[in-house]
Amino acid sequence: MTAQTAPSLTQNVTTIDAGAHVTAIGWLKGTAAFGLSDGGVLLAKDDETHRVEAHPDAGILVGVSDGERFVTGGDDGRVAVTGTDGSTKTLAETKGAWIDSLAVSPGGAFAYGAGKRVIARDEKGREKVLEVPTTARGLAFAPKGYRLAISHYNGATLWFPNVEAKPESLEWKGSHLDVTWSPDARFVVTSMQENALHGWRLLPDKGHMRMSGYPSKTRSLSWSHDGKWLATSGAEAAVIWPFESKEGPMGKQPRECGVRPAKVSRVAFHPNAYVLAVAYEDGCILLVRLTDASELLVRPAVKGSGITALAWDKSGKRLAFGCEDGQAGILTLPT
Amino acid sequence: MTDKIPVTVLTGYLGAGKTTLLNRILTEPHGKRYAVIVNEFGEIGIDNELVVGADEEVFEMNNGCICCTVRGDLIRILDGLMKRKGKFDAIIVETTGLADPAPVAQTFFMDQDVSDAARLDAVVTVADAKWLSDRLKDAPEAKNQIAFADVIILNKIDLVTADELAEVEARIRAINPYARLHRTQNCSLPIAEVLDRNAFDLDRIIEIEPDFLEEGHHHHHDEEMQSISVKLDGEVDPEKFMPWISNLTQVEGPNILRCKGIVAFPDEPKRFVFQGVHMILDGDVQGDWKPGEKRSSRVVFIGRDLNEKAIKEGFLATAA
Repeated sequence: MTAQTAPSLTQNVTTIDAGAHVTAIGWLKGTAAFGLSDGGVLLAKDDETHRVEAHPDAGILVGVSDGERFVTGGDDGRVAVTGTDGSTKTLAETKGAWIDSLAVSPGGAFAYGAGKRVIARDEKGREKVLEVPTTARGLAFAPKGYRLAISHYNGATLWFPNVEAKPESLEWKGSHLDVTWSPDARFVVTSMQENALHGWRLLPDKGHMRMSGYPSKTRSLSWSHDGKWLATSGAEAAVIWPFESKEGPMGKQPRECGVRPAKVSRVAFHPNAYVLAVAYEDGCILLVRLTDASELLVRPAVKGSGITALAWDKSGKRLAFGCEDGQAGILTLPT
Repeated sequence: MTDKIPVTVLTGYLGAGKTTLLNRILTEPHGKRYAVIVNEFGEIGIDNELVVGADEEVFEMNNGCICCTVRGDLIRILDGLMKRKGKFDAIIVETTGLADPAPVAQTFFMDQDVSDAARLDAVVTVADAKWLSDRLKDAPEAKNQIAFADVIILNKIDLVTADELAEVEARIRAINPYARLHRTQNCSLPIAEVLDRNAFDLDRIIEIEPDFLEEGHHHHHDEEMQSISVKLDGEVDPEKFMPWISNLTQVEGPNILRCKGIVAFPDEPKRFVFQGVHMILDGDVQGDWKPGEKRSSRVVFIGRDLNEKAIKEGFLATAA
């Protein structure tokens, strides 16, 4: 089945003019927050939008949400937080560094990278700083406990900010970009400059997992709700690795879903079903059901409007997307 | 091709005048907006430009060969800048005085995302007329920067005599006879000589250097860094030439800083043009041979400890 013949959900999409390249999306309960490359955060609820100047005269490079607030990092060296009421304030500020790596924990802690320094602030406001060997590219909090994975050149570092012990080093030659932690905390996976993923099995043996074969870099990673699958971008299909066994995906073939003649730019697993949202560089978005590979069209290809951000709300009823040309939209699933 | 953002790489040994040139570029009324990637803030007196600090993180890719080094920080910064497309027309990368230009240049060929969005326009090297000769003796970085350059700005000429100037020019030419050379005081020169050079564009190799196929450069020799030019009055056999050039750049890649060439293939109405940085080769057929024009072939290499005899014989053996 191809995108052209897929049954369509396009009439269930509300389009939004975000006005600038959308770099990140977060859901704050019923409100979608779009982080923009011109420094603004566009809040969208029902049919209304409200723009907040979170990074005036600057650009938002990264944004993450804990369900309550939208935390953004900018090329102004600031970490800002925006709420559903349109209030915004500075959480942290560094001189001269871009903030392009950021993570929030469900408990209210957050961490950001500024060059080689990683700064973590817990929910009580206690701040700890760790210097890693080279620029921190990706940050991810462990699913439980106050522990941070940091990806950088030649590996990743696992750090308990509030524990004195020396951080743990996970080594693998090469430049590691984004990092993610499996929902059961058994695996840490990075995307790499060399068009591959690298994973470490933390339990029981610190084994390496090499997942290669991508024609380009993977910059979007998404775990299924039960942690059994890891969906990735970077190929002309969503590449989905099986993680249900203790060994991880070693020796197994990944699944490929949504094969189209365009590169997948973003992926987002539905929060409680085996449904994957697959977004492409040519602007198309599909929903793919893993059980039978059936596809639903959310957005047809639009020239110059590649998808740059994609996020489900907590209930899985709505999917927000944003594009490089400032177009955006929200799909509301029919009930 | 045309909608890729041009990137100018500014190199030069400490104190040669890079910042002076940068400030000159930024303050001139050219109506263009630049994103500037610098190593240190503070020296640039411009506040309406997009200025980004870099860390010069040189990363090895794949097998860890010197030819596969890239600037990881540049990949990251360009990724961020591309989200703000439309806010600037061109990018200038200023390197530290001690930097090897190769990883910067290679970044634009090795990283797909970068090469999709941006194109290397030229490597511009600022050199201090008074001190360059000394630096060429004691600083390998200074030599690399001269060898790598498409444009050389020989600055502070007011501090040297005519004889000294001739001597330093001869030294530069011994290393790199092909770069465009300008003599300046306070880096004063028309900005068009620095920006929009298209030095890495195969199309333009012929336009910039219409005499490329003419012999005529004097061949000085630096003890270590050298340029080798070989001309063949006629065509080369692609079945022999392609394996030869690709093998040469693979084997000698670490020693070859730059190479370029224009060659004639039998029954091919267009010229085959190539250029390379260490092991990375880029080549294509470009531009028709003109009616009545003599179909000849020429290759040039700038590098360190190159075996001139082997290269000459190897190239001549590819004759059709």
